[in-house]
Amino acid sequence: MSRLPSGAHADVLVIGGGVIGLAVAWRAAQRGVRNVVVVDPAHGGGAAGVAAGMLAPVTELQYGEEPLLRLGMASNQRYESFAAELTEASGGRDTGYRRCGTIAVALDSDDREELRELHAFHQRLGLDSSWLTGREARRLEPMLAPGVRGGLHVADDHQVDPRRLLAALVAACERANVLLHRAEAVELLVDGGRAVGARLSTRETVTAEQVVLAAGPHSHRLPGLPDGVLPAIRPVKGQVLRLHVPDAYRPFLSRNVRAVVRGRHLYLVPRENGELVVGATTEEQGYDTTVTAGGVYELLRDAHELVPGITELPLAETAAGLRPGSPDNAPLLGPTALPGLVAATGHYRNGVLLTPVTADLVSEYLATGELPDLAQPFTPIRFSSESPVAKASA
Amino acid sequence: MADDLLTIAGTSFTSRLIMGTGGAPSLEVMERALLASGTELTTVAMRRVDATTQGSVLEVLTRNGIRVLPNTAGCFTAGEAVLTARLAREALGTDWVKLEVIADERTLLPDPIELLDAAETLVDDGFTVLPYTNDDPVLARKLEDVGCAAIMPLGSPIGSGLGIRNPHNFQLIVEGAGVPVILDAGAGTASDVALAMELGCSAVMLASAVTRAQDPVLMAEAMRHAAEAGRLAHRAGRIPRRFHAEASSAMAGRADLDVRERPAF
Repeated sequence: MSRLPSGAHADVLVIGGGVIGLAVAWRAAQRGVRNVVVVDPAHGGGAAGVAAGMLAPVTELQYGEEPLLRLGMASNQRYESFAAELTEASGGRDTGYRRCGTIAVALDSDDREELRELHAFHQRLGLDSSWLTGREARRLEPMLAPGVRGGLHVADDHQVDPRRLLAALVAACERANVLLHRAEAVELLVDGGRAVGARLSTRETVTAEQVVLAAGPHSHRLPGLPDGVLPAIRPVKGQVLRLHVPDAYRPFLSRNVRAVVRGRHLYLVPRENGELVVGATTEEQGYDTTVTAGGVYELLRDAHELVPGITELPLAETAAGLRPGSPDNAPLLGPTALPGLVAATGHYRNGVLLTPVTADLVSEYLATGELPDLAQPFTPIRFSSESPVAKASA
Repeated sequence: MADDLLTIAGTSFTSRLIMGTGGAPSLEVMERALLASGTELTTVAMRRVDATTQGSVLEVLTRNGIRVLPNTAGCFTAGEAVLTARLAREALGTDWVKLEVIADERTLLPDPIELLDAAETLVDDGFTVLPYTNDDPVLARKLEDVGCAAIMPLGSPIGSGLGIRNPHNFQLIVEGAGVPVILDAGAGTASDVALAMELGCSAVMLASAVTRAQDPVLMAEAMRHAAEAGRLAHRAGRIPRRFHAEASSAMAGRADLDVRERPAF
């Protein structure tokens, strides 16, 4: 983490050094943008440090979110080359990208009906997803409970390790001469109706040609941000457990396992290094990141029902993070109503999945001034009061 | 309808739909569904929200002038429910509470003993209590006796969409109640809502039937029409059921039209 030269000026100032801010900064530097500065009190923190890293646009599909599906699939397709490039650019750091596929299973007939409905929706959209009987699901994953009533196999929903991804992004940024400055942006500087930089907690000021706001659930709270530029990006708490699969038990699980357990969604993400992530609760409790007894209990109870053998595994860690929830669950990408201010925030539960595509689309805009078509449905302008979308929902 | 208001504890509402917010795919869809339903009263789980967060469910309700009805979802004992209700009163400044005390997670059915106990405590503490209860006419009467402002019997288990499984019990509850009876839980589609209103319910409470529908906004609109239609039918008074047909016009005294004078088809 470098010192900032006094009176610093950046071509691009990124506020927020989470997975999104770092990836945008790295890609922008790759595209020839000089003087990229990322400010954050702790680069590589944020929700990705807690997230499981499931890359599952198909298994997580919801009604009415087809545009988000297209963006998610575009990002999923880019992941392998993104991860390979990042490993090279970071001096050989592995991101834990694993092409393992996902199965989603049901434990009773009600949950089976819910999965059936999802499968029918997949088929209508022409997505690659195949139905499994309970026995077929258990042949793929023998540790699943005998009560599994059926499931879906989605071969192209994979995983990455968000913590290793963050570490690789930090290293790649440093090698690309992106300045990672350890400070909090305490005020957006606006001059003549244009974002021109930020004042920092260290009492320094950075002026910039373009400012990228990538501060997750803190984005809309940045002092100095004019009203109506960004909607509230609310924090949605998720508690997550990390277990460890000892060598003698491996592979234990071979792919991502999702389930609906009596209407509650649960996932288990097994890594090649033995880490097994179990998540996640969904709570709207403000900026609180306390791990609660109830949260841990519910995750373990449902996970035990799904994979009874997990109770034998060491419980390595419990953690809670904040997903940045936009009003329509989709991210805000590209220029805002305030000239000079670009958004890369509001990714809700898809931040890790959408990292490659967000970095590509936003850096393209930073380098060329053109926002690619793929990003158009996600422009922040859709929430501005004059926009037709905002009117339709008002 | 302006001449036919729902009145709970002295507060009147034009809409007869009380909405819940659980299960909505996104905040934006939830907001549009609430507006399409026309609701003026919406319940929020106090264990699941923070009153101070920008962009929260509560902010959406406030922005649209929808009254918030905090609920005690997730409580298994009277003690927890009373505590949750008091925290809600402090956080939101309302003494209204939708009281839920469930017996187990499998059925989410109310625990009648704990429910009555909590209702009594909260009424004594100055709360306006709307209890989620079984469709038991005796329990309904006892809840009214301890001072509840409405009775909210379930049609079938929460989220099941199985409709009203015992319409006769609803008629018994409505007949005996001096406070509004509100269908809580079980509605799956518009006809369930219309039936509840035809049976004499004063209002219907809905969450999953709307939030988990493939198009929640369209379903919310359907539910609004269903509540209005069912209410009108209830006020209009339905015809008695008959086993055999009865012609709608008497055969005698009808106009004698000459077939030859009709235009050829």
